[in-house]
Amino acid sequence: MLQVRNLVARYGEFQALFGIDFDLKQGSIVALIGANGAGKSTFLKSIAGQMPNKSGEIRFNSEEISSLPPDRIVRDGISLVPEGRRLFRSLSVEENLKVGSFAGREGRWTLEAIYTLFPQLKDKRHVPATALSGGQQQMVALGRGLMSNPDLLMCDEVSLGLSPSVIKDIYMVFPQIRAEGLSLVVVEQDIDAALRISDYLYCFMHGKVTLHGAPSELTKEQISAAYFGLETA
Amino acid sequence: MLEATDTIIQGLLLGGLYALFAIGLSITYGVMRLVNIAHGDFLVLAAYLALWPVTNLEMHPFVAILPVVVLMFCLGYTLQRVVLNRTMGPNFLAPMLATFGMSIILRNGLQQIYHSDSRSFDIGAVGADSIHLGGTIAVGEFPLIVFVVAVILTFATSLLFSNTRIGIALRATSDDAETAGLMGIRANRTYAIALGLSFALLAVGGVFAGIRTTFTPESGPASLLYAFEAVVIGGMGSLWGTFAGAVILGIAQGVGAKLGAGFGVLAGHLVFLAVLAFKPTGLFERSR
Repeated sequence: MLQVRNLVARYGEFQALFGIDFDLKQGSIVALIGANGAGKSTFLKSIAGQMPNKSGEIRFNSEEISSLPPDRIVRDGISLVPEGRRLFRSLSVEENLKVGSFAGREGRWTLEAIYTLFPQLKDKRHVPATALSGGQQQMVALGRGLMSNPDLLMCDEVSLGLSPSVIKDIYMVFPQIRAEGLSLVVVEQDIDAALRISDYLYCFMHGKVTLHGAPSELTKEQISAAYFGLETA
Repeated sequence: MLEATDTIIQGLLLGGLYALFAIGLSITYGVMRLVNIAHGDFLVLAAYLALWPVTNLEMHPFVAILPVVVLMFCLGYTLQRVVLNRTMGPNFLAPMLATFGMSIILRNGLQQIYHSDSRSFDIGAVGADSIHLGGTIAVGEFPLIVFVVAVILTFATSLLFSNTRIGIALRATSDDAETAGLMGIRANRTYAIALGLSFALLAVGGVFAGIRTTFTPESGPASLLYAFEAVVIGGMGSLWGTFAGAVILGIAQGVGAKLGAGFGVLAGHLVFLAVLAFKPTGLFERSR
């Protein structure tokens, strides 16, 4: 479904990604792990069209999308829930969700469906989105991402800054989302959480993929070596 | 006492005209941080555009507003699409300088075509008739029409921003254009609609201004100044704040003119400076 070959991305003079190869099968949940600055967010932004300075191949449903702008890519069915949520601060909860549907893709995810997925949001629908708690804001960000009815949902650090019980609530919906036929890419710093929810794992370090495989095939030692760059004895 | 009330009412009605000048400026600043230096000159251009059907087709100036509004919307949309979008970025000076250039081109272009003769629109009896409100207080029919139109258009614009899809897209782009792009919103198109809207509103103000007094190719900067003052007094990013700012400016000018001839405009500037000094974010700033 998504195939990335030799992806290189730069911020001005600074090179952030050094030839990433990446594959995602329809209906799977892929986790990206790695330390801060490993290039995980840059990788997601590259796919979403937010990194103009890049080279390599990005194929989505066998269409080459690496030269498309973000608004075209979301119309093609890839939605990014950006790092730090980035909710629209002058819009209410419901308006934030509505904006998510502006890409004009029809499908199962409507306002009602989002309120069923996250019942807490329904009572707060007319409240400014930034007045919510961190966990509820993350639910709005996820809901907004779903409202474009994507085929692939990419979530950047959804658990950042949230309490463990809220993180559990949020991860609980991922299987439901997948059951609707979506594929997911999830960036996660918590290795245990990443192993628990994903079918496949990529580990990034210094802008390269240092390890990939199904969680069941990887050992803790392999993962920490790939994560921290330590040689195992 | 009656005289004071009369002065304030006249100022209030004048504020309606300034609101029509200012709301467009408030929109472009609010949506894309664009300070349009040519705002006043486009206002004058709208008046000259109305001059053609009024003189050649004997169209009533009120009727001429409609085609001019449409034309000005298209002009604003196109200018943003073709010229200003290329200058948008982290540096707000670039688009501002581009509009400064447009201001010079417009003023000299109009001077070439129309020379410096002052023009005005005649609307017959409505221009002079007034309605008596009891005592010595009377309001002119035309200033009242202008004020009512200003209220209606401010209301319509704020409804557009709060309740329509395009309004939500405009606010989302204003908050965070990059993230709006992830939602499928093209900032370039949204900005073009914002400038189109701004021009459509200033077109109404331009023709009304041409009915109230006279205009020449050099009238632009004064209108820009009043619009700018109204926006600053009211506070950035709030339409009703801008409307209130325009009314305060109008009343200040009215009261000033009462105190002494030639004191009116100065009194407006003094209120503007006082707001800048004591509440630089404006009196009705929206917390965003």
